[in-house]
Amino acid sequence: MEEILRVEGLSKTFTLSKKQQKIERTTQRKKVAVDNLSFTANRGEIFGLLGPNGAGKTTTLRMLSTLIKPDTGDAVLDGCSIISDPEGVRSKIGFLTSELKLEDFFTPNYLFDFFSRLHQVPEDVVRTRKEQMFARFGIDKFAEVKVQNLSTGMKQKLSLVISLVHDPEVIIFDEPTNGLDVLTARTVTDYLQELRDAGKTIILSTHIFSLVERLCDRVGIIIDGRMISCGTLEEVCNGLSIEDRFFEIFKEVKGDEE
Amino acid sequence: MKNNTWTIIKKEFARFFGDRQLLFTTVIMPGLLIYLVYSLMGEGIGKMVTEGQNDVVTVRVENMPQFLATEIAADSQLVVLEQPFGQEDIDMLSDEDLNIVMVRFPKDFELLTSVYDPQSGLPAPNVEIYYNSTNNASSLVYKTLTMFLDAYESGMSNRFDVNRVEEGKEAQFDMATEDSIGAMIWSKILPMLIVMMLFSGTMAIAPSAIAGEKERGTIATLLVTPMRRNELALGKIVSLSCIALLSGISSFIGIALSLPKMISGEEVDLGFNYTFPDYAALFLVILASVLIMASAVSLLSALAKDVKNAGTMITPFMLVVMLAGLLPLMQSSIPESFTTYIIPFYNSIEVMTAVFSHKLDWTNVAICLGSNIVYAGIAVWGLTRMFNSEKVMFGR
Repeated sequence: MEEILRVEGLSKTFTLSKKQQKIERTTQRKKVAVDNLSFTANRGEIFGLLGPNGAGKTTTLRMLSTLIKPDTGDAVLDGCSIISDPEGVRSKIGFLTSELKLEDFFTPNYLFDFFSRLHQVPEDVVRTRKEQMFARFGIDKFAEVKVQNLSTGMKQKLSLVISLVHDPEVIIFDEPTNGLDVLTARTVTDYLQELRDAGKTIILSTHIFSLVERLCDRVGIIIDGRMISCGTLEEVCNGLSIEDRFFEIFKEVKGDEE
Repeated sequence: MKNNTWTIIKKEFARFFGDRQLLFTTVIMPGLLIYLVYSLMGEGIGKMVTEGQNDVVTVRVENMPQFLATEIAADSQLVVLEQPFGQEDIDMLSDEDLNIVMVRFPKDFELLTSVYDPQSGLPAPNVEIYYNSTNNASSLVYKTLTMFLDAYESGMSNRFDVNRVEEGKEAQFDMATEDSIGAMIWSKILPMLIVMMLFSGTMAIAPSAIAGEKERGTIATLLVTPMRRNELALGKIVSLSCIALLSGISSFIGIALSLPKMISGEEVDLGFNYTFPDYAALFLVILASVLIMASAVSLLSALAKDVKNAGTMITPFMLVVMLAGLLPLMQSSIPESFTTYIIPFYNSIEVMTAVFSHKLDWTNVAICLGSNIVYAGIAVWGLTRMFNSEKVMFGR
């Protein structure tokens, strides 16, 4: 199996504001979000980062997509380092998270063309790809409707399509089904499997066990920013269901504190 | 690289020109509003000045002296009644609709004035003129009568004249040309107006284009594309400058068309007597101004958390710019030092003042343009760093 992503010793610490300290009920000024995290992902697989809220999954994915920089460590994605070649990394990934929004004023048609241009996709490829993707997700009927007038589900599907305008090799997906209605969620997970079958690599984060069981080839369990267990689903589960195994690990790490 | 910058510029234009409401409020409305308000004000002032000029006024005169009788008999707008009047008649004048003026001379006024000795310490003969200042026609007659009587008085003891013009001859004592009087007025008013208009144009769009994108989460979507951050920064600043320029031009047209109406009634010709090089220099300096304004406002907007916060941050800065706009009003000559023309904002104002005063100096235009381009370059660099900074882009 060909390795497409190697993450080595990624760490990220945030400075907490007074307000954040109150929310987190702590007096510490620093919070270690990701602590010396390492893992690899292979081409053509779905790799899941599983962990509770605040475990550092989103921070890890944001570092991989070069939105934020790690304090230490590096990740090499399809030959490009997130430190020395962030533009190269961004040209190879499609990153999707609920924090990335599309401008309400524009139509799906305009946005597809706009982002394709920023990804330097040739014009003729844009046309055929747009037709295919819009038809696949039922956006074609709304191609000229401004984003502000689209339903929430349609907006989410459009965000997915826009993040994939350049047919990236690696798709990084933060909580892929969060906030989606059941129909859209199903469309998205089906599509992720389709992408994997087409040889694409998908790195996703989630806290939903069933999603990991249904989609992921390999999984990494993150608690408090550290990688506790990583491998194929069988290796990690050790004969248990992923849910039972997770709580077993969680208890080992945190004791009975929670 | 250029390609991505152009893609960003096109997107900003599509956003701006596609939004009719934004286009109307930013480009069409400022010019239209300025034109309408200034024109209406001009008309109002004009009306106040001319009202009552053609009305017929009755002048009641008690003890009419001969010199006045000859003078006012010639005026067809005056109906002269030589008859005494009492307090009751005077009280009638409080009705502002009555075009009446009442004048009371002492008996034998001409004789009294000829024998009166100012050295005697006794009160001088007194003329009473009753009128109503809220009635324009009455007021005008009062002014005419006062002027005439003053002239009569100085004629009696004439010892010397100042700037006398012989009958049938023409003489010019104020050697300023009409051109330079107009230029002086334009050079005091227009630089400040232009800078304010350009700034308000920039204010209307830049916060939404940068702080707004941060607030709405759309900037992050741009930041995960392979585009370089400096391409995004350059694209934003160039497109915002162009849109601010349009807004500024609209306001400028509004001012240029309505100012002549505003100052109608002035005796000097305030025509725009500027040549092509003047206009070319003005265009260049306006360009330099919008570049620096868009740069500064973009930087502040990028630092701001949201559009509201951007507004708060930009306001003190706007006050400083307005203050710089007021400087030409306080100075008697155009500064010549090199440093004047490298101070952002102030340099634009001084070059504009020079252009409107017919004292265009291309070296200063070049220094102003050059230094502003350098500042804009620094701003692109700064904005790039901000787009790269997770603290600025994603900090809460």
